[in-house]
Amino acid sequence: MSDAVIAKGDGDAARWRKALPALATLGALAAIVAAAMTGVIARGNLVYDVFIDPFIAIASLPDLFVQTVWEGFVAGVLYALIALGFVLIYKASGVFNFAQGIMVVFAALTLVGLYEFMDNAGLPAGGFLALLALVLTLAVMFALAVTVERVVLRPLVNQPEIILFMATFGLTYVLIGFGEMVFGGNPKVMITQALGLPTGVSDFAILGGRVSIQHLDVAAAIIATTMIACLAFFFQYTRIGRALRAVADSHKAALSVGITLNQIWIVVWFAAGIVALVTGIMWGARSDVSFALDIIALKALPVLILGGFTSIPGAIIGGLIIGIGEKLGEFYWGPLFGNGIETWFAYIIALIFLLFRPHGLFGEKIIERI
Amino acid sequence: MSDAMTRMAPADVTMAAPARDGEVLLKVEDVSLSFGGVKAIQGVSFDIRKGEIRAIIGPNGAGKTSMLNVINGFYHPQQGRITFKGNVRSAMRPHEAAAGGIARTFQNVALFKGMSTIDNIMAGRSLKMKRGFGWQLWRGGPALAEDVAHRRFVEGIIDFLEIQAIRKQPVGRLPYGLQKRVELGRALAMEPDLLLLDEPMAGMNVEEKEDMCRFILDTREQFGTTIALIEHDMGVVMDLSDRVVVLDYGRKIADGTPDEVKADQSVIDAYLGVAH
Repeated sequence: MSDAVIAKGDGDAARWRKALPALATLGALAAIVAAAMTGVIARGNLVYDVFIDPFIAIASLPDLFVQTVWEGFVAGVLYALIALGFVLIYKASGVFNFAQGIMVVFAALTLVGLYEFMDNAGLPAGGFLALLALVLTLAVMFALAVTVERVVLRPLVNQPEIILFMATFGLTYVLIGFGEMVFGGNPKVMITQALGLPTGVSDFAILGGRVSIQHLDVAAAIIATTMIACLAFFFQYTRIGRALRAVADSHKAALSVGITLNQIWIVVWFAAGIVALVTGIMWGARSDVSFALDIIALKALPVLILGGFTSIPGAIIGGLIIGIGEKLGEFYWGPLFGNGIETWFAYIIALIFLLFRPHGLFGEKIIERI
Repeated sequence: MSDAMTRMAPADVTMAAPARDGEVLLKVEDVSLSFGGVKAIQGVSFDIRKGEIRAIIGPNGAGKTSMLNVINGFYHPQQGRITFKGNVRSAMRPHEAAAGGIARTFQNVALFKGMSTIDNIMAGRSLKMKRGFGWQLWRGGPALAEDVAHRRFVEGIIDFLEIQAIRKQPVGRLPYGLQKRVELGRALAMEPDLLLLDEPMAGMNVEEKEDMCRFILDTREQFGTTIALIEHDMGVVMDLSDRVVVLDYGRKIADGTPDEVKADQSVIDAYLGVAH
């Protein structure tokens, strides 16, 4: 409010005051660059190492930069996919689903487990069996959605959101226990080839160097993008999508126009289950399928903070910013901190964005008449 | 009743009682509802006839809203029978009530705040849209045609309620009076047989109240909707309604035409208090 008042009062002064931080930053940067050029600061000086050295490295080896950005892009798409699982459920029930991470693991384990089981039972291994396992896994995820709705959500209708949030904690441990009981605790290998996912590598010569691109990464990017587009469309333009948004806004109003909460919740948890399965396949193909994967849920947190909990575009852009930012940070600034900054750098990026956009990049500003 | 008459100020339509002896649409018999030890409704019976405007009044905490919640299935009474369109039912879920033709608005506006006016009213068409999941994803052929038809219907309602100017605005930003109107629009989109209005004029100024009165009367006129409403503004209640049921502490204390109710000693006592 004060901003607006000032702007009306004395236009120029207010504009200068607003531009001051940006001008100060620019000035400081110019000073640093000047200092570096004149040799006042050099390698070994912290300011030089943070603000000058990485950019010289980028300029001198552009192909490495492209490679890093590509890897960041792929990681970002996968982060976006995980974040999407959260956004779906958050949009439709206002609940942060802590169990989303474990659903990814559970879906991937179910797929591999079913495949191995049928393989051992004497069915011929290969594409058909993988497809069968995929369909059966989808059925399992549907059953999970129905069970969650019946056992967890239905008894908790109209309870405060924190209660539902705690319930998803419970769900996490139930799924971990159940998964370990059925599939054992050992890491499994994703059936990448049987699913028909490409595994090769292509090298491209650009910018005086070589950039190598994993075919799997390309496939992951394409599949994830298609999936995100379909979901965004579904939410915006279909009757069920409208019903989903309605349920998120007001339970009793949705009930009064004849929307059935139970059906909507099943749809939404099933959709989150499908997203979890796709994420599980893609992540599993890059490492092992094990319960350790569930920490990727924590990777989604900065993405969600950045993008806003309710926004599908936010999840995508947020995922890309975190993915690319993280890889660039690790590669160019990591050595300064003794490497391994990937685990916490994402949170720093998210924090910086939050300073300027408290609702996240695309989060709904809560505007309400009171 | 002529169209011109319905458009007159509400004060002029006191005699608008086309269905005094019409068939019974909804019958509530001996309904009791309690929450733990709190008896919200105790043995209340009344009926709503087709085409009438039926008011439910009473002091605060009399059980009026609970009564509406029982009728549209939010609450399940411990005792009693409810007959709607000749079908007896005890426990009914809200979406079944909606499918059966009961629509409602809420005391403290319950809209989908993040959605536009159009989307809110379209949500009222949810039950009328039948095309399956696959068609909707494809968004062509029958699903598209269906969407267009419903959109046309919704535009009709928007014209009817004179809210063309706000059709694309998120409803959370609208002033209260308009939110109430959008909520009425969403209920009308369901093409209900019975419309339950919970304090449709609460918090409105005189002009807004007159507008709302006009919309309520026009609704009955144009769509033939039966209306049950809760309202605290006695002037409005007496002008609008054909019959009034009065609740106090969960019990029915009077039932009849506005004039009969106004003259009833127990009603006067309930509202003004009795000397001890």
